[in-house]
Amino acid sequence: MDLSQINPILLVASLMVAATPILLAAIGELVVERAGVLNLGVEGMMITGAICGFAVAVETGSPWLGFLAAAIGGAALSFLFVILTQFALANQVASGLALTLFGLGLSSLLGQSYVGIKPPPTPDLHIPLLSDIPILGPVVFSHDLILYLGIAIVAGVWALLKFTRAGLIMRAVGENHDAAHALGYKVVRIRVMAILFGGACAGLGGAYISLVRVPQWTEGMTAGVGWIALALVVFASWKPWRVLLGAYLFGGITVLQLNLQAAGVAIPVEYLAMSPYVITIVVLVILSADKSRAPGSLGRIFHATS
Amino acid sequence: MIVLEKRPQASQLWSLATPVVAVLATMVFGGLLFALLGTQPVEAIRTIFWDPLFGEFAFYYRPQLLVKGAPLVLIAIGLSLGFKAGIWNIGAEGQYIIGALTGAGVGLAFYPLEAWYIFPLMVIAGALGGWAWAMIPGVLKVRFGTNEILVSLMLVYVAEQLLASMSLGLLKNPQGFGFPGSRNLNEYESANSWINQNAGLHWGVVAATIAVIFAYVLLNRHMLGFHIRLTGDAPRAARFAGVSPGRLVLFCLGTSGMLAGLAGLFEVAGPAGQVSIDFNTGYGFTAIIVAFLGRLHPIGILLAGLLMALTYIGGEIAQSQMGLPAAAIQVFQGMLLFFLLALDLLTNYRIRLKSREVA
Repeated sequence: MDLSQINPILLVASLMVAATPILLAAIGELVVERAGVLNLGVEGMMITGAICGFAVAVETGSPWLGFLAAAIGGAALSFLFVILTQFALANQVASGLALTLFGLGLSSLLGQSYVGIKPPPTPDLHIPLLSDIPILGPVVFSHDLILYLGIAIVAGVWALLKFTRAGLIMRAVGENHDAAHALGYKVVRIRVMAILFGGACAGLGGAYISLVRVPQWTEGMTAGVGWIALALVVFASWKPWRVLLGAYLFGGITVLQLNLQAAGVAIPVEYLAMSPYVITIVVLVILSADKSRAPGSLGRIFHATS
Repeated sequence: MIVLEKRPQASQLWSLATPVVAVLATMVFGGLLFALLGTQPVEAIRTIFWDPLFGEFAFYYRPQLLVKGAPLVLIAIGLSLGFKAGIWNIGAEGQYIIGALTGAGVGLAFYPLEAWYIFPLMVIAGALGGWAWAMIPGVLKVRFGTNEILVSLMLVYVAEQLLASMSLGLLKNPQGFGFPGSRNLNEYESANSWINQNAGLHWGVVAATIAVIFAYVLLNRHMLGFHIRLTGDAPRAARFAGVSPGRLVLFCLGTSGMLAGLAGLFEVAGPAGQVSIDFNTGYGFTAIIVAFLGRLHPIGILLAGLLMALTYIGGEIAQSQMGLPAAAIQVFQGMLLFFLLALDLLTNYRIRLKSREVA
């Protein structure tokens, strides 16, 4: 075992990369849940985004078109969830599971001919001055655009929920859909938009795994990141900045256990690999005492009677 | 304008018809999918649904129906109890793995002793293993209010890592020339779940049949079954009627875990034969589809399990004969669940055409 092999600068830099897929998926799901909808299909939308993004990036040679396609793919899959839960009034838990099962199958079907191919590289930014700061520069200011986009989305969602009328209406729909309906707000329309936004974010997160973090395509490569993102929303008590904090925490754990594997710690690889999941459970236990912050209408079916 | 009108009572007719309509719709859209993939759609559907039952080599495929159907039915019966009460165990895959590990572990501990009591002990160990794995989300939910969906699912990934660790370490065959995987239990007489291999009959088939009967009696003739149904339909009323939600959570999760563990044990001691890294094949997740397709009713689940087993077998035939990708069947199964959930609307609501009123 040689812990001195672990370079703290590289560790923090790769932590930010490892956290971004979770961050993107979780901030999307946060919006969906604040609008009162529980979409358990995050894993399915992520893996669909991962393959859509990968395929388009390989075919066109442009990672940016890939990310765009991933967002569209994720949103398209979430539209199936919209049809089921908003128009066919199906149970949200069951529909979310259906979305995940379907997404996993669809992605491995689409991805058959893309196994073992290298995608075009996503360029890292070089911001003049900022990137040249010693230590801080390479750690914080020399990543790709999507990583910063993730942070920007968190800030945007925070501002939307806190300062805008649209955010207030969305929260009203999530807290009490009957009251919001009585006030004349279009409950279904608002929820549809929230679900599609969540799908697009999850798709982006998935593509970040297949285009930047890994970068290649393997079946089932999201490996539960979508579920960790769902747990993260609970962990964050439905607050945007806490999602960022939680994502970096989980990113840190993932990177640290990978580094420990590489450094040859005396713990078997399998037990290190299961640590992110075990820690998710532990965190859920610690934080689930406080349920009061969950949106009031979360997971309930809305049917306008009049 | 289309208006949905809630039915005072769920329609009996539609409740029976939706699974059938969903299967037919899936065949149509699945056929379109297969056509897109460049295979003959009608031919593919026939290969999947007809050939295993009545084709030339049906004598070989029919027993496979029992082999593949038994674990699906066994797991789905357990899941349906919880789903009825709004308790979502979606980690059956993990409980299935742990049941196989504990059961096979007990069997391998006795190797090479031959005795009648070894297999019963393995069954108990498998059931306990699955039960204990499902009790983790159960106890956490009752004690701390933790979401059982997320915890049970996280434990699937933990179980997969444990499986890898066990088949590379503790349970590895000492005479396996360094290959991963345990001793083959099919070559160990006392630890074998086959009754008649040619007929596809193993103890898992027997257990699945018993589970169907047990669940039917429980739900229709027993107070606990009534409480499960009551909690699902009207949680508030259930609490006033004195149902303890905590005990119900523990019972539903424990039972489903136990059945999933049993399914894993019968699989490892029979069709699979050994503990290996890729031992689990997603039965725990497909069983979720089976439970819904069977409308959470024991008899329905029995039929749905056999149908889903048919798509597995037919899918394999289509894969080898027509070059249909394996993932296409997975998409097909997912599609089935979509249609089922969407068509459920007709059970609970009436669709009316109305002219828009002026407020």
